[in-house]
Amino acid sequence: MSERPGFGMRPSGNGSVPAVAEPLPGPAAEAVETPAPLPPGARIDLGRERADSRIDEVLDALDTELVGLHPVKTRIREIAALLLVDRARARFGIDSRRPNLHMCFTGGPGTGKTTVATRLAELLHRLGHIRQGHLVAVTRDDLVGQYVGHTAPKTKEVLKRAMGGVLFIDEAYYLYRAENERDYGQEAIEILLQVMENRRDDLVVVLAGYKDRMDAFFSSNPGMSSRIAHHIDFPDYEPGELEEIGRLMMSRDGYRLAPETEPVFRDYLERRRARPRFANARSVRNAIERARLRHAERLMARGGEVTREDLITLHPEDFQHSRVFAH
Amino acid sequence: MRITQGTFSYLPDLTDEEIAAQVAYALGKGWPCSIEFTDDPHPRNSYWEMWGLPMFDLADPAGVLYELNECRRAYPDHYIRLNAYDAGYGRQTTALSFIVQRPAEEPGFRLDREETSDRRVRFRLHPYALDRPQGDRHR
Repeated sequence: MSERPGFGMRPSGNGSVPAVAEPLPGPAAEAVETPAPLPPGARIDLGRERADSRIDEVLDALDTELVGLHPVKTRIREIAALLLVDRARARFGIDSRRPNLHMCFTGGPGTGKTTVATRLAELLHRLGHIRQGHLVAVTRDDLVGQYVGHTAPKTKEVLKRAMGGVLFIDEAYYLYRAENERDYGQEAIEILLQVMENRRDDLVVVLAGYKDRMDAFFSSNPGMSSRIAHHIDFPDYEPGELEEIGRLMMSRDGYRLAPETEPVFRDYLERRRARPRFANARSVRNAIERARLRHAERLMARGGEVTREDLITLHPEDFQHSRVFAH
Repeated sequence: MRITQGTFSYLPDLTDEEIAAQVAYALGKGWPCSIEFTDDPHPRNSYWEMWGLPMFDLADPAGVLYELNECRRAYPDHYIRLNAYDAGYGRQTTALSFIVQRPAEEPGFRLDREETSDRRVRFRLHPYALDRPQGDRHR
């Protein structure tokens, strides 16, 4: 060992470690410095507020990186506007309740629910609605215990981890099992409801799942439904949007389609879309993964020398050998 | 007699906001926090009762404050302290520990003189609180 690590209490060799015990400027210090409310005649430049909060980066990223999803993007923009205006109102000393931002994302598999939730956490953080901006993604397993008395500590543990951020509960309808009235899921739901109501400042809960099953879940838990202000539906992608998603994924992985591959890729998506268990963007990703495999195999089988062009271009046969084209 | 143990013990008691700020500092350094309580104020009583497990993977002080308030509700007249553990290689010890609740009345200590063999005299520190049974010491 070259150097003994210094303790925080006293400066180490180079004197760069800060003193631990120094009282920190935290929420208390900030609260003291809260400026007096602006006079009623004052004006606030919303454009500057917007630039200061740097929300446009997140909104633009949402627009460029996610294809389609117009209802979702509209709602997110509305929420951003509301929080921004609320901030301006607070500067005038107008007291308004903190908005209820618990949400429910419904939509088919692979429609971008988790991705949007991550972006949302970032956005809410920049607007000062949540303090940390992290996303804690959980499923039934993380919330519901296996024996009596196990559920409450487990759920609380997860809630504590999510505080200051967004709690994303994937496939939330599994929490409630109608066929077993002694299922521990009910207990987790009750704790969740309590926290959603009482600790709105500390975390935002996002439930996600397939539309029909979420509807059934809400009809058996009306309390849950009424505590969620925003029910956002993620539509399935149109063929054109799927193609664009595929292009985006390929360019991110450093691949591109040969011109003669494009109709084949379009045809592939059409066929894949008609088949059961089509999972939107996730299916597109898998299709590209498999095309990469075939591409690599094709190059190896051919042997000899390859150019950069060969390495990045996907040919029609990379897609045509798929099972989708079998009949 | 006000007991002084751990960091900040010569300062006035911290407010909840100040505690939250210290917890935020600890979490920012990657130190998990834990809560412990006791009603035996003897300075050599270093192993206090644990209030649940140490809280790992937290990002925000709200979770720690929540547990702290639960503990305060369950033990309104006990000492409660908050520890932050630095698991970093070469340190691996409690990095920050401070009292976040003390009973309203702290009876203090008395010095007992004890005569042992060969006319030697030993002194012993005895907290008055220990005269009463556990759980009933600071009522």
